[in-house]
Amino acid sequence: MNRISEAAPAVRLAAVQEKAREAISQHATLPKIEIGIATCGIAAGALETRSAFEQALSEFNIKAYIHPVGCIGHCYAEPLVKIHHPDSGFPPIFYHEVHPGKARMLVKQFLGGGDPCFEHIYGAAQTNDLIPSVSEFARFNREVRVVMENCGRINPEDLFEYIAAGGYKGLVSAMEMPPEEVIRKINESGLRGRGGAGFPAGIKWRMARDAPGTGKIVICNADEGDPGAYMDRTILESNPHQVLEGMAICAHAIGAQKGYIYVRAEYPLAVRIITRAISQAKESGLLGNTILGSALTFDIEVFQGSGAFVCGEETALIQSMEGYRGMPRCRPPYPVEKGFDDRPTVINNVKTLASAPAILMKGPEWYRSVGTEGSPGTAIFSVVGDVVHSGLVEIPMGITLRELIFDICGGIPKKKKFKAVQIGGPSGGCLPERFLDTPIDFDSLKQAGAMMGSGGMVVMDEDACIVDVARFFIDFTQNESCGKCTFCRIGTRHMLDILKRITEGKGKEEDLMLLQRLGEDIRDGSLCGLGKTAPNPVLTSLRYFKEEYDAHILEGRCPGLWCRHLIAYYIDLDKCARGCDVCVGCCPTDAVFTTSTRKKGIDQERCVKCGECMTACPPDYNAVKKVSPAHLAPVIPRPAGSPGEH
Amino acid sequence: MAGPDMDMVEIVINGKNISVKAGRPLLETCLSNGIYIPNLCHVEGMTSPPASCRLCFIEVEGIPAPVPSCVTTVEPGMVVSTDTAAVRKLQRTALKLLLSVHDIDCRNCPVNRKCPLQQIARFLKIGLKSAPFETRLKKDLLDDRHPFFNYYPNRCVLCGRCVYLCHRKNGYPKISFAGRGFGAFIRIDLPLPDDAVSCHECRECATSCPVAALRLK
Ligand SMILES: Cc1cc2nc3c(=O)[nH]c(=O)nc-3n(C[C@H](O)[C@H](O)[C@H](O)COP(=O)(O)O)c2cc1C
Ligand code: SF4
Ligand code: SF4
Ligand code: FES
Repeated sequence: MNRISEAAPAVRLAAVQEKAREAISQHATLPKIEIGIATCGIAAGALETRSAFEQALSEFNIKAYIHPVGCIGHCYAEPLVKIHHPDSGFPPIFYHEVHPGKARMLVKQFLGGGDPCFEHIYGAAQTNDLIPSVSEFARFNREVRVVMENCGRINPEDLFEYIAAGGYKGLVSAMEMPPEEVIRKINESGLRGRGGAGFPAGIKWRMARDAPGTGKIVICNADEGDPGAYMDRTILESNPHQVLEGMAICAHAIGAQKGYIYVRAEYPLAVRIITRAISQAKESGLLGNTILGSALTFDIEVFQGSGAFVCGEETALIQSMEGYRGMPRCRPPYPVEKGFDDRPTVINNVKTLASAPAILMKGPEWYRSVGTEGSPGTAIFSVVGDVVHSGLVEIPMGITLRELIFDICGGIPKKKKFKAVQIGGPSGGCLPERFLDTPIDFDSLKQAGAMMGSGGMVVMDEDACIVDVARFFIDFTQNESCGKCTFCRIGTRHMLDILKRITEGKGKEEDLMLLQRLGEDIRDGSLCGLGKTAPNPVLTSLRYFKEEYDAHILEGRCPGLWCRHLIAYYIDLDKCARGCDVCVGCCPTDAVFTTSTRKKGIDQERCVKCGECMTACPPDYNAVKKVSPAHLAPVIPRPAGSPGEH
Repeated sequence: MAGPDMDMVEIVINGKNISVKAGRPLLETCLSNGIYIPNLCHVEGMTSPPASCRLCFIEVEGIPAPVPSCVTTVEPGMVVSTDTAAVRKLQRTALKLLLSVHDIDCRNCPVNRKCPLQQIARFLKIGLKSAPFETRLKKDLLDDRHPFFNYYPNRCVLCGRCVYLCHRKNGYPKISFAGRGFGAFIRIDLPLPDDAVSCHECRECATSCPVAALRLK
């Protein structure tokens, strides 16, 4: 190759960059209203917020540019809006929970009158003298963004915005190197697969490159089926081109011409956005034949899966793409030797592929400077459950669980105590307080008995019942098991039955040993990762929270006051206000009655333990109490002849 | 990787040196050398065995945990044990799990005394009982929609032999796996396609079913 053709991709990209600059400068002078409209924003009402802005702008005859962006990860604050009104003298400002009323007010007062409505401000987007900046909040300043750098900043449906933010430069750098060099860089960066197991991406790419055979394939695994996890969806919805760019880099490295994105059909917005991104990239010569004027040809198709958790497992994913029932098969052969259509195939997670552009652009040393020695780079978690600032968080590997949960995500709401954190979804483990100083990286989490998984993190406060959480996850895996192999198909069903029995107060002492042994056998005997990891939530909670299991079995007591069969509601007569009737009407079974002293009591035989009365009782009285075991509830006799008596 | 046919190598099985064909699954190798390993889902000569019954575990020196022998192929110098404690533990649990969803009614079963479950239970020295696991039978007792045979879900061990052999003979399977998790079963795809070899002449599935879950009418 001579110098000129080597430079060609860069020159062609420069031309696209020029077009992008032009397109973006068109609305550069207007005030800008940025609204996050990924699925999480939409669920919180972002579309209504957008129409309210549009309506108010036309009503007050104000000109502004509404800039739709993806999700910046602060899901607790949605609908989240950023307004930049340069003439007002204020910096760009974030507003949280902007519902239509607030939207109208902001147009009228801020855009129209220059008043930024101080009491509604969440924070300024940059440091300034007027308004505290969000960068002072740990939730913002402790994050390090590699994969999600542009999520929530650019319009995911506009290729030019990605280009203007530096997009596709990583691909150009890659194309200027021989494939071997690209693989060497990925290897040196230490990038490990973000789909759960943490397999080194460089080694996988190397094996696929070396595998004999033609028509090699790149598959982006966006099946994402763990309950509570939605990182991959958010990335596809917020910055699809970074994933496409990563796939093209991989294609160049391994010598593939065809790629697929396996995404579940339950993610319609992601499917739409990624499909559109592919066609935009093709129009601009970034995908398809002779990419950026070079000899590289790479085409990407979207494959919509039917949404089975097990289809995220790579061999089942391939079966499903080939038109068969999604059932895992034995490995070896691994997909890198014999994958889709029996061709050498690289299957990588969305986040793994989305890390590649930055590594190529900024170099492996830079990537290694983030995170730890054994797990370089960042981790993305969807932190949900009993935590103040839930949402997506991208943090450097190596910070501790305590820093993530308490410093960055604001800790446990309502001054409750921390009880446990479940990391890695149904395949992961449940860790108690004494593990809070565990650093977050592939190896430390595994050692603690949990795993990185694909990034689901559920935080539980003192009111959670660990046994019921274990039951929930086994229920999930039992339903999602493909049914192929004996241990997973039948074994998880027995585990589920035993756990159900314990939560209903019918557990036996031998049950714990049985759960332990069966769990170990399922782990050791199952065919695929689903079965091998399914017992994890039970095995870890048996190890770290045995006293909770014991309480259920030996005392009929649920420490989290959660398991219906083991609790009772009663009314504390000392607190109940004479003559107050609030709880009476809300009881669906007429279990609340009036005592002879005109206070209230609960008929335990009728009570279905829905807890409505507890919610209804005014906080000043706070007279409805919950106890476990159920027999601790004091018996208050129902006066003879009172209404509802049976 | 499978070598040429006559590629014989030395390996050690249960302390004995034997000369065996390289590349062949250890399950087949052991069975043809008179060493029994419990198995249900393997069919001699399969190119990619399903390894789904999880009964045929063995231990191989250098590999930390038991592996299914149907998908582990002979390599020169291997040291194999078919009867370690870890192997037996997994095999017993697997069999008990299968028995816990099996309608154990041997006296009225057409394959009584020829049934591999009976044979494996005897071999593993456990009774035909699923304890400590409780019996969990499916609600549907019989699918009799097919013109030539019946399917009994509570006998089926989901070994998949029927699906595999039907596919092998007819080029595509007329029966298939369906359902998920505990609810998985063998579904008979009706109506039968006209061009299919008539099931009446084929009968491959029913004759291959080891536990009389698919029976000719
Ligand atoms: C039951 C099960 C579900 C899985 N689901 C996913 C998934 O949703 N997304 C994913 O990327 N990997 C998933 N994996 C892991 C994949 O098999 C595979 O290891 C991964 O896609 C490889 O990509 P990586 O090297 O980039 O991590 C799953 C594995 C199992 C066993
Ligand atoms: S472990 Fe579960 S999901 Fe995996 S092959 Fe076996 S039955 Fe299917
Ligand atoms: S019907 Fe018979 S052959 Fe088919 S899966 Fe069930 S037990 Fe196996
Ligand atoms: S014979 Fe090997 S798993 Fe069934």
